Amino acid sequence: MKDKKQQNRHVYWNPYFGGFLLGLLILFTFYMTGRGLGASGALKSSVVTMVNTVAPTHAQNNTYYSKFIKEGESPMNNWLVFEAIGVLLGAFLSGAFTGRLKLKVQHSPKITSKRRLIFALAGGLLFGLGAQIARGCTSGAALSGMAVLSTGGFITMMAIFGTGYAVAYFFRKNWI
Amino acid sequence: MGPLIPNGIIPEDWNYIIAILIGLAFGYILEASGFSSSRKLAGVFYGYDFAVLKVFFTSAVVAVIGLYYMDYLNWVDISQLYVHPTYLWAAIIGGMIMGVGFLAGGFCPGTSLCAVAIGKIDGMVFTLGLIIGIFIFSESFSALEPFFEGSNLGNITLVDTLGISPYWIIFVFTIIALVAFAFSDWVRSKVKKVFY
Repeated sequence: MKDKKQQNRHVYWNPYFGGFLLGLLILFTFYMTGRGLGASGALKSSVVTMVNTVAPTHAQNNTYYSKFIKEGESPMNNWLVFEAIGVLLGAFLSGAFTGRLKLKVQHSPKITSKRRLIFALAGGLLFGLGAQIARGCTSGAALSGMAVLSTGGFITMMAIFGTGYAVAYFFRKNWI
Repeated sequence: MGPLIPNGIIPEDWNYIIAILIGLAFGYILEASGFSSSRKLAGVFYGYDFAVLKVFFTSAVVAVIGLYYMDYLNWVDISQLYVHPTYLWAAIIGGMIMGVGFLAGGFCPGTSLCAVAIGKIDGMVFTLGLIIGIFIFSESFSALEPFFEGSNLGNITLVDTLGISPYWIIFVFTIIALVAFAFSDWVRSKVKKVFY
């Protein structure tokens, strides 16, 4: 029993408190910059930078990469990249203060670490692909979009959650 | 009047420093709310933990009420804010792919960065997956381009789509959120607890 208590040491914030602060942060971000938050944008910049370093000609000939490549300026020189660096720092600090820093694979006891990692890789791949198609992920498209009543933001949010519920049954072994 | 940086009230030089500070707060709030744990995030789809729904909708309601109130007070010009453009089919199909990705991987890009920061190996592998997914999209862009650039409805909001006052939309949205919160608590009381 004590073991179980130890395992369940996830004393997180009240979700309404966290949500309220996140709402204020989105408000502040729009007030400051005129735009919302984002997360996948920084990873896109990383991919563009990697490809542009390894195969510059290929990157410049590709219609998608070339949108984000400017002469004499790194694609990493981007607001969302700096924001993502902040996200890593902020999450690290929160984890450090609460003793949650630990190198581990988190998974349901019903599945192996290997299975968890294979699904994580596949899920990440799909999410990366979907976020490019929809021009943003849960942060940039859904959350920041909803804050300014963007129709596309609401549609993307409903598509993510609706599909999630529709396919939850097939992935249940991984989670419950 | 806001937004402050685009209107030159705060100099452009501060932009990246503010970006890091905003990111820091974003990462801190997500991690402290438990969003670095895929099992907590996935709970919303199985009814054992509704933190995602509560955080997500509370923040959207706070942000949208706040922005429109600041617009009313003339502190910010809402027409100057960036509205995520609506490419109808890309938004639907992209969202559906993300939905499957979420159930398989248990994270989204922002939360996986938080997981990486506190040492979750599954978060690191998910992030690697994101990079591969973005790479695949970019490499096959010429084939996807007609779909990606198609059905462009512009930077429209629900005010344009539904043709009703934003205040009514926000009011109804808030009611929906409150009903969803009450409903989620009821569902959670019926569902078998999952420990993680």
